[in-house]
Amino acid sequence: MAKLDTNEKSMPEGAEEPGRRDFMVVATYAMMGLGAASVAWPLIDQLNPAADTLALANIEVDISKIAVGQSITVKWRGKPVFIRHRTTDEIARANATDLMDLRDPQMDKARAEKPEYLVLVGVCTHLGCVPLGQKTGEVKGDYDGWFCPCHGSHYDTSGRIRKGPAPTNLEVPPYDFLSDTVIRIG
Amino acid sequence: MSANQFKSPVVRWIDHRLPVFSMLHHTAHDYPTPKNLNYMWNFGSLAGLSLAIMIVTGIVLAMSYTAHVDYAFSSVERIMRDVNHGWMIRYIHMNTASFFFIVVYLHMFRGLYYGSYKAPRELLWILGVVIFLLMMATAFMGYVLPWGQMSFWGATVITNLFSAIPYVGESIVTLLWGGFSVDNATLNRFFSLHYLMPFIIAGVVVLHIVALHRFGSNNPIGIDTRGPQDTISFHPYYTIKDVFGIAVFLLLLAVVVFFFPNAMGHPDNYIPANAMQTPAHIVPEWYFLPFYAILRAVPDKLGGVLLMFGAIAVLFILPWLDKSPVRSARFRPLFRIFFWIFFVNAIALGYLGGKPAEGIYVILSRVATAWYFIHFLIILPILSTFETTKPLPKSIAEPVLGGFSSTPKQAYAAPRRS
Repeated sequence: MAKLDTNEKSMPEGAEEPGRRDFMVVATYAMMGLGAASVAWPLIDQLNPAADTLALANIEVDISKIAVGQSITVKWRGKPVFIRHRTTDEIARANATDLMDLRDPQMDKARAEKPEYLVLVGVCTHLGCVPLGQKTGEVKGDYDGWFCPCHGSHYDTSGRIRKGPAPTNLEVPPYDFLSDTVIRIG
Repeated sequence: MSANQFKSPVVRWIDHRLPVFSMLHHTAHDYPTPKNLNYMWNFGSLAGLSLAIMIVTGIVLAMSYTAHVDYAFSSVERIMRDVNHGWMIRYIHMNTASFFFIVVYLHMFRGLYYGSYKAPRELLWILGVVIFLLMMATAFMGYVLPWGQMSFWGATVITNLFSAIPYVGESIVTLLWGGFSVDNATLNRFFSLHYLMPFIIAGVVVLHIVALHRFGSNNPIGIDTRGPQDTISFHPYYTIKDVFGIAVFLLLLAVVVFFFPNAMGHPDNYIPANAMQTPAHIVPEWYFLPFYAILRAVPDKLGGVLLMFGAIAVLFILPWLDKSPVRSARFRPLFRIFFWIFFVNAIALGYLGGKPAEGIYVILSRVATAWYFIHFLIILPILSTFETTKPLPKSIAEPVLGGFSSTPKQAYAAPRRS
């Protein structure tokens, strides 16, 4: 653009006033920038979940068949969700834990809508592996909850991190009870 | 080109070690361009832009496309309905394919009219024909991917062209299909190649530009530039002209994408592929129609295929068919007439290719096909020997600046009179 200005014969030598041409140049670049941004947005936004993916964002689960002490795993948004029907002992231990002992302090009451049913996203908060402890015979870790075999994180009966590298408790997904026996996750 | 002309010290530092900025400056800034280029010289940059749009939207579409006979059609419909802005991205891809061909055809007719294929630009022209061939292959395979009825039957018909080759034809077709008919294996390999070929095109485009910059652009009067008085720097003069062309191009593209997105497509391709039933009237995409007309004009399988490929092959040897030393049609009165006859004939072939192969259409196709080859193989060689051309101006600057050189006025006034 500098080249153009030097060719500008009509402007007197040493004129300070920004010319109309400068305005045109700035305006042109501004409009080109706007155009580029408005073209870039759809190309980026298409990476976001599509309508059919979003339509599958909620699931309903019948929890009446889960016996006390038993856990089930369901798939929600492509990830495992743990639903454990806790024993009174497990609930008592979760409540008895001193918050000062926790890395990510959280009351058990805040993590379970109904204390008997604990609903967790079964993804270790360290680097995304699925912790063990759902099936009978699997290692449940030092706190009788879940144990992540990838890097050794131990979770308690409330799914809270107690030992190992994970920074936070297992996530509780948004859910509500549609009836006493059916919950909707998502 | 010295590196120290860049203001930014970072750019200077990099350029000293990796002279990309000097190269860019040399190709897109300083590049001396004839000062008399008209708007027909806009289509090269538009073709480059089209290729860029196709690659960007294509990469994005591939993220949501499934190359499997059971899922291809519905994955495309999912792009149209569910993927964010997917309808727009696909319509841009579809219609830019057509616009790409429009732009390239105009670019080629420009080259034909102004003799841009002549020495020393023969290789530049040949590289262009290579790009054109690659484009046709890419477009054909891209059209197969949605796996509609036209995709399937287009793939069947075009691959069957190779069965016309004596002795090995059937084996070649089986090889192309990866089976006994167009099926999943065919779809998979077409997807793979459709993704690959645009990048090969981009590579040949680089060669095309290198060859172009060796001798610089041709120009409407077709004589060589003779120094700085005949040229202006590419930037800002032609960059701004190209930007203007791009603005017009994008405006037209937007009109088609948003208001007539399927105008250049075929409704049958929204019917899922059915190997048991051929649509009543199958036609290729419009940009193949002239060649399709040539294929159908010949009542012999091998002959039709040979003539169709010959119609493109003849472009490769064009620089040696037209030996007239005068490039631009402006100074070749007879060539100019025959150029326009050829142009109309080419449009007619396109029209006939879209018509059913019956009655008068067949006869007209044969006449037009014959003329296509007569033009290249007979008219052009004869013209280059017998045509009386008009006197050429002494330089590009001369007719504009008048009296710039010491040549008598008569020399450049003469061509204007007749």
